[in-house]
Amino acid sequence: METTAFQKIHTKVDQITKATCSLHATGVGNEEMALVNDRLAQVVKIEGDLVTLQIFSGTEGIPTNAEVVFLGHAPQLAVGDELAGRFFNAYGQPIDGGPEIDGKLIEIGGPSVNPVRRKQPSELIATGIAGIDLNNTLVTGQKIPFFADPDQPYNQVMAMVALRAKADKIILGGMGITNDDYLFFKNLFENAGAIDRIISFVNTTENPPVERLLVPDMALSAAEYFAVEKNQNVLVLLTDMTLYADALSIVSNRMDQIPSKDSMPGSLYSDLAKLYEKAVQFPDGGSITIIAVTTLSGGDITHAIPDNTGYITEGQLFLRKETDIGKVIIDPFRSLSRLKQLVIGKKTREDHPQVMNAAIRLYADAANAKTKIENGFDLTDYDKRTMSFAKDYANELLAIDINIEIDTMIDTAWKLFDKYFSHAETGIKAELVEKYGKQIK
Amino acid sequence: MATTGKVVGIISNLVVVKVSGPVSQNEICYINHDAVKLMAEVIRIGSENAYIQVFESTRGLKTGTPVEFTGHMLEATLGPGILSKNFDGLQHDLDKMEGVFLQKGDYTHPLEVDKDWSFKPLAKVGDEVEAGSWLGEVTENWIAHKIMVPFKFKGDFKVKKIVVAGDYKIEDTIAILEDEDGNEHEVSMIQKWPVKVPIKTYKNKPRPAKFLETGIRVIDSFTPIVEGGTGFIPGPFGTGKTVLQHALSKQADADMIVVAACGERANEVVEIFAEFPELDDPRTGRKLMERTTIIANTSNMPVAAREASVYTAMTIAEYYRSMGLKILLLADSTSRWAQALREMSNRMEELPGPDAFPMDLPAIISNFYSRAGFVNLNNGETGSVTFIGTVSPAGGNLKEPVTEATKKAARCFYALSQNRADSKRYPAIDAVESYSKYLEYPEYVDYVSKAISPKWVDNILEARNILVRGRETYEQINILGDDGVPIHYHETFWKSEVIDFVILQQDAFDKIDASTPIERQQYMLEKVLNINNTKFAFEHFEEVNPYFKKIINVLKQMNYSEFESEQFKKFEKELGEIINEKAVVETKQI
Repeated sequence: METTAFQKIHTKVDQITKATCSLHATGVGNEEMALVNDRLAQVVKIEGDLVTLQIFSGTEGIPTNAEVVFLGHAPQLAVGDELAGRFFNAYGQPIDGGPEIDGKLIEIGGPSVNPVRRKQPSELIATGIAGIDLNNTLVTGQKIPFFADPDQPYNQVMAMVALRAKADKIILGGMGITNDDYLFFKNLFENAGAIDRIISFVNTTENPPVERLLVPDMALSAAEYFAVEKNQNVLVLLTDMTLYADALSIVSNRMDQIPSKDSMPGSLYSDLAKLYEKAVQFPDGGSITIIAVTTLSGGDITHAIPDNTGYITEGQLFLRKETDIGKVIIDPFRSLSRLKQLVIGKKTREDHPQVMNAAIRLYADAANAKTKIENGFDLTDYDKRTMSFAKDYANELLAIDINIEIDTMIDTAWKLFDKYFSHAETGIKAELVEKYGKQIK
Repeated sequence: MATTGKVVGIISNLVVVKVSGPVSQNEICYINHDAVKLMAEVIRIGSENAYIQVFESTRGLKTGTPVEFTGHMLEATLGPGILSKNFDGLQHDLDKMEGVFLQKGDYTHPLEVDKDWSFKPLAKVGDEVEAGSWLGEVTENWIAHKIMVPFKFKGDFKVKKIVVAGDYKIEDTIAILEDEDGNEHEVSMIQKWPVKVPIKTYKNKPRPAKFLETGIRVIDSFTPIVEGGTGFIPGPFGTGKTVLQHALSKQADADMIVVAACGERANEVVEIFAEFPELDDPRTGRKLMERTTIIANTSNMPVAAREASVYTAMTIAEYYRSMGLKILLLADSTSRWAQALREMSNRMEELPGPDAFPMDLPAIISNFYSRAGFVNLNNGETGSVTFIGTVSPAGGNLKEPVTEATKKAARCFYALSQNRADSKRYPAIDAVESYSKYLEYPEYVDYVSKAISPKWVDNILEARNILVRGRETYEQINILGDDGVPIHYHETFWKSEVIDFVILQQDAFDKIDASTPIERQQYMLEKVLNINNTKFAFEHFEEVNPYFKKIINVLKQMNYSEFESEQFKKFEKELGEIINEKAVVETKQI
């Protein structure tokens, strides 16, 4: 990292903890960056002339006579068109062997968008996956995470969504992902011939955990550059936000803060909201859409991380292995896209909302029927029909290996209704049945 | 001379300032950072240092930066022009700010200083007046906006001079008042009031009794709210809190709606910005935005201003209440406000209470709820602030501190149920768990038996009973099996399902079903209660489910049709035929 002339070098460090060091210095700004023996650090606390620095890569081996240089600015990223196709670490330095980016320097974690300047998201993102497009339609400017257990193929599904979603730029923020997953993304993007619209900021499990805290801001600042200055539609992928939150709790613990629920810092909600709220539809056409991954432990969504995330994001997508068909499906009960109301029945066919709801209700009836079997009761004729329906529905619509147009998804649902149910049992508005339901047979 | 100070410490947005003179708790001050003034509030005072929470990011702030104290607490600016505005949590006009991004220290005037308002005097020279007395009025959108004696004036005054009708700007003097000692005071159309202090210029605050129509069946028919009442909506995420609040803000029978978007998603406010200027208020035919004011402090806006935002909203509501208006205040969500308190308490290293929230959280919450209410003004008019807040319980657990504290303060409890949301039974209010204390108020029972129907409360209680019975029977069926229970168990269960599907569930996105006027609610409730009181003859339990599904389907089609239209009557006739198929006529009349 560069140091310029006339910068004062401090050489007396007063206190050193696992993650921070403190020294006497004046004229230092809050959140300013510094170098401590060439390791990047950031000001986190100022008490009189005692300045506390958080050293991202940890304090192992830092001596009390370490050289400390304050850089006079908050964390920055060089932006420009050359970012496309490149891989960077958490500090925005290239890790693909390519040259440094020679672009405009911007501070990461910048100001929020004035809510009255936002536009209401209205562009549908088609993914071909019916569990998403039919039941939980995504919209540009939305923020939505996958809630998944670690053994589920969330990274694969997310990458598939990203590649199908005709975005101008895809920005990957990888936090604590394994080297294998990093290579998976790299190969997939290269093989898909999409590398020129992909930018990656990656912190793997080989890197120090606290460095991760910079990754989402790096990815989102790059996204803002393309969305604001180039009016592009940018899709940001953040995986895994649980590991990001874990890093937050490490830092807050080392700063002696009182933990709240599940040992998480009391500011977890605000910390996560600051990132997710960067998703926006700008007035001039650019947009930032965020698809994230929050891994769960044993499917527990009451844990502070998924819980706070759920309150911030506009819905969530659950992956579940459906044992009846042996495939991974998008769970229609627990998944939700809050922004779907803005497009379904408006940008899609008018019968979309009612067909979607009817199918999910019937699928729920099938779940009740299953409980009956488990409890050893006999099934009614209706129960049996819902169960057959559920199997077809899961196979032809919910499974993640589906890739069809939205109209085809709706027609498929009508076909299944006609196969198993009377129109009264579907409860769909009479005029819609008249218009769309009768043409199917 | 105003007190000044210098920054000596910074921990995120908590800043320590060494002060030169007297400061008071909750005083507002400005930090002069790089030619930008950052607004902050004193939250604790030590021997020579004041601890201030900054309403902005403190990035780049250095020690030694000068601070100026203003000598007053956080104040709202009250006057004509508040209606239809979009404010931030500190009442800065968001629309006046430049650029797409919020810039630090971009503080805009909440009102229009240059705008002419057509003023009409209501008081005459010589009139005895006191704080809150109406001196005159201007027309704001369609509301007769009263210009009042400033709430800060103490004692009795005499009107010495009042301007004639005509166009005036908000800062022009419109009256001169003389106090008991003969001192003169100029009054303009605007006044300031500290947001954390309730406005109490009314005669008294009786128990509220007037039914407030919301058009949402499960609220109006099962857990009604009243003018000046308080309610809260706790629910895990994804259960439809925000959709419900939006429905309330669109449909509720109020003169003015104040929406405090407190620490929630920005896109939800954008939805209001986008839709309200387009949507019609069914009661007045005007655009919804004309009766709405939005205080937006979304989750990515500075945390410290979140707490201020709910108080600013409440102060605005109280101001309009003093004009004799019916105000509905909605806050989404009070949990975010509590979390903001927690963040600051944590930074000040206070000893934590449950879940690391500050110990005085329950007191703060109940104080806030107590500012709502129905009031008799000194001039004989009435006004009300009805407050409904949402709570976002951590992990969906209703035993957490914010929910528990709110439960003690609010009179209506709208429990959103995860199970209902999962099975897409919206609105997901659990009618059995939820309650409205107002149903027990004799004043309320009296009021609705005149205003709606003498049988109304009895009908509500009967319907509630059916739901409870239905739920119990359902559990029995689940334990004993479909064929292990008598057929009438199935009948009881399905009769409760009729109420669930036809009354409780409502399609917020259907033009007609979204809002149900009270006459229609009463009609439909009687209809389903009649079905409930009808005996049916079933041979086998397998007939029960499809039969009631048919009934529900036709009733739902009725809900989707214009009330008393051709189509509505057609479905009603169809319903009659279906009922006659299986109904047992017990006593032949004639």
